[in-house]
Amino acid sequence: MATGAAEGAHGPMHQFEINRLAEFEIFGIDASFTNSSLFMVIGVALIVGFLALATNGRSLVPTRLQSVAELAYEFIANMVRENVGTAGMKYFPFVFTLFSFILAMNMLGMIPYSFTVTSHIIVTFALAALVFVVVTAIGFARHGLGYLKLFVPEGVPFWLMPLIVPIELISYLIRPISLSVRLFANMMAGHTMLKVFAGFVVSLGIFGFAPLLFTIAFTGLEFVVAFLQAFIFTVLTCIYLNDAVNMHH
Amino acid sequence: MLASLVVLAAAAAEAANQSGGLPQLNPSDFSPQLVWLAITFGALYFILSRWSLPRIAEVIEERRNRIQRDLDEAERLKAETEKALAAYEQELAAARARASAIARETREKLAAEVEEERARVEAQVNAKIAEAEKRISEMKARALAQVNDIATETAGSIVEKLIGAQVSADEARRALEPVPGE
Repeated sequence: MATGAAEGAHGPMHQFEINRLAEFEIFGIDASFTNSSLFMVIGVALIVGFLALATNGRSLVPTRLQSVAELAYEFIANMVRENVGTAGMKYFPFVFTLFSFILAMNMLGMIPYSFTVTSHIIVTFALAALVFVVVTAIGFARHGLGYLKLFVPEGVPFWLMPLIVPIELISYLIRPISLSVRLFANMMAGHTMLKVFAGFVVSLGIFGFAPLLFTIAFTGLEFVVAFLQAFIFTVLTCIYLNDAVNMHH
Repeated sequence: MLASLVVLAAAAAEAANQSGGLPQLNPSDFSPQLVWLAITFGALYFILSRWSLPRIAEVIEERRNRIQRDLDEAERLKAETEKALAAYEQELAAARARASAIARETREKLAAEVEEERARVEAQVNAKIAEAEKRISEMKARALAQVNDIATETAGSIVEKLIGAQVSADEARRALEPVPGE
């Protein structure tokens, strides 16, 4: 770890390394406070702080900050309403938390020398697995064993069932993997590419302006990706929730 | 997405060469990340669902209610205005009808009075005319009678002067009577 950090100090992978800022264990589990933990805490503090500040006045005619908070609220609320329906509004806080958390982590990662929490597969997988567990639990809680009908689409001839049911089952089970890999790969690839091209700026000397221009343009694109990936993660969560709440395939 | 994966693979290979593995795939780093993800995500969910989101929802709800209330109030006032306008128009129509009724009544009454007056005056005039005509015919008859007397007297006198014979008044009258058929 220490040697890796020293050796890769200028490599494109250095930015993804976990550094323990304070080591401790809880019940024998390594719960050290790392740079990743630090940015998680900063992100959560920013979200809560922003919403607290925005809703401070709670005026009927919103201030600029309050408008942004209300815009975000309506954005996610509409997403849930459109994809899941009014019955899905019960899960709105969960979806909003998911969106704001991922967006904050993605955006914090855009600050130079910061750490991108969502560039670690274990974090994105944990989030995707949480979505998977929550959706499956809601599905069984609302429909009982009838939720299994999700894997038996209506209007399919019975002799196709041996083929269709395993496909449906696999596509359902693969959700946490596709969900987590999409976010992780996008965040990691973008940041790696930025770092690689930024390295070229120095090594190419006078011709370094070419990768510099690319890096500037790509940074803009990365902001879009940071938002888009948070959006996609949330929309997919809503679509999965729709399956569980309404069972419309 | 595909391009990202290619870059990712290249970077992963490079990292593997440099430091012996992707930082993301170091299992000893998993548990601190998971622990802190659970703590931070759980805390965020708790705070947002219990405090931040209800605060925003409250404001939005209040604004929606306020707007709805204002719209309802405006609707109510509009209905009231329309009702008042309808009442006013009805009143106006009634007044107009009453006015025209009064006018017609007055006109009829006046016409009747005039007619009555005219009839009365006409009757008076007719009576006077009749009376006058009667008097005229009386006077005429009287005059005619006197004419006969004067003629008889005159005829008698003329006959006496001419032939010296005394003619009686009766004879003269008989002679002066118009011959039938003449």
